[in-house]
Amino acid sequence: MKSNIPWLIAAVTGCTMIVAWFVPVAKDWRDEAGTWYEILAAIAFVLGGANLFTQHLQKISARRAGWGYSAVTLVAFVGTLVVGLLKVGVIPDDPNYPWSGYHQEEGSALWWLFYYVYNPLTAAMFALLAFYVASAAFRAFRVKNAEATLLLSTAFIVLLGRTYAGAWLTSPVPDEYSALTFPGLTAIILGVFNTAGQRAIMIGIALGVAATSLKVLLGVDRSYLGSD
Amino acid sequence: MQWFDRSRAWFGVILLLVCGGVVIFTELVKSGRNLHIREIAGLKAIEEAVGRATEMGRPCLFVPGLQDMNEIPTVAGISVLSHVARIAAEYDATIEVPTSRSLVMTAARETVQAAYFSAGRADAYSDDRIYYVTEEQFPYVAYLTGYMVREKPAACFYAGTFFAESLILAETGNSIGAIQIAGTSEASQLPFFVAACDYTLIGEELFAASAYLSHEPHQLGSLKGQDAGKLLAAVLLAAGSLIATAAALMPNSHALAMALHFLKDNLLGKGGPG
Repeated sequence: MKSNIPWLIAAVTGCTMIVAWFVPVAKDWRDEAGTWYEILAAIAFVLGGANLFTQHLQKISARRAGWGYSAVTLVAFVGTLVVGLLKVGVIPDDPNYPWSGYHQEEGSALWWLFYYVYNPLTAAMFALLAFYVASAAFRAFRVKNAEATLLLSTAFIVLLGRTYAGAWLTSPVPDEYSALTFPGLTAIILGVFNTAGQRAIMIGIALGVAATSLKVLLGVDRSYLGSD
Repeated sequence: MQWFDRSRAWFGVILLLVCGGVVIFTELVKSGRNLHIREIAGLKAIEEAVGRATEMGRPCLFVPGLQDMNEIPTVAGISVLSHVARIAAEYDATIEVPTSRSLVMTAARETVQAAYFSAGRADAYSDDRIYYVTEEQFPYVAYLTGYMVREKPAACFYAGTFFAESLILAETGNSIGAIQIAGTSEASQLPFFVAACDYTLIGEELFAASAYLSHEPHQLGSLKGQDAGKLLAAVLLAAGSLIATAAALMPNSHALAMALHFLKDNLLGKGGPG
């Protein structure tokens, strides 16, 4: 029963989505199913917030290792929530309605937190990717065997072909042989070999998604629903 | 009032052929027909990875990706989690599942609990190890990498949808010496996982995981159905390439131009039945 009802909901909603794709008059059903999902996701969002709160509160109260990080998380969580809900620093659109005005209005506390705390932190995290790319490339491009040598050579051509140096180095090559320049070779590698490989993988993924969806709709695979 | 969108007629036919193939092969396997399923190294290595974590007394980390339960790769990832959790329960290893979506957390808890129950270790299950972190991409990554550096999990599993964070996670896991198995449906992230992980489930292998790991005949049949779909795609690709080449060599041939138009705009496009 515990897995039958969720499966039934998933199957009916999934079939509705498929029918709505082919039958224009059923488009409203698809939108309706989407709205129900949004409602469910909104409720789940509260569930997630509550879980975050209890989990970190437990860590602090038990003084477990790293409880200081939990304290910072909770202060940031509660602080952002309060600032956003109370619209701190938001100038009302209409003086007769003090709560009017957009909560993320420029100059508001939530706007300030977003642009001066959240944004720099996420940008810093994203910027770390450059170093990780360098270390992964160093390991992947080491010449250990024939395949690694081929990978290194291809990467060398593509990297050079994407820079001004690549175009400059092969600038003496006549226009009729432009395919042999670094930018020309890069275009061939990306447009032919890379695209062919990517498309093969994409076809496999699409078929995998179709087969998995079918298994979900028919209830063949219920491992994601837990036990009865 | 339009009852059927004729521009999607051929798409419907292809969908019916692929889904029909899956259903037919599933029935064939259920009736006792033997199938050869090739080995998938990444899935075979799960037991080794969990065993290593058990020997080292360190936890296993499972990351189900960034998307919610309405995305099929996440469902496929949770199916892999079911198997990992079952082995972890049998070996008495600890499994940690930080999620970026509340619904994924709920589904993961049900799945892991069921896995512990089926392994006869229901008493060892704890909700505290499966929790929600944040929906935001980089804060989630910051938490995961921080966890990896502090707790040093011996085995890291990534199964679901990953974007720019794939390499940050895989490289951090590599730096702490964890054995790593990854699977994603994002083709653009596969090279990063291949470069930094020990095993990678490439594209469709992630979706095959549930059937491969369960060894259930009715699930294994779906893999053969996928193969039938691949055969159809290969036939269409070969026919398309031949017709396009011939049409380019013989530009005055009306029949070839029509055939190419039918293939591109009707069969694979939005031109309807033609």
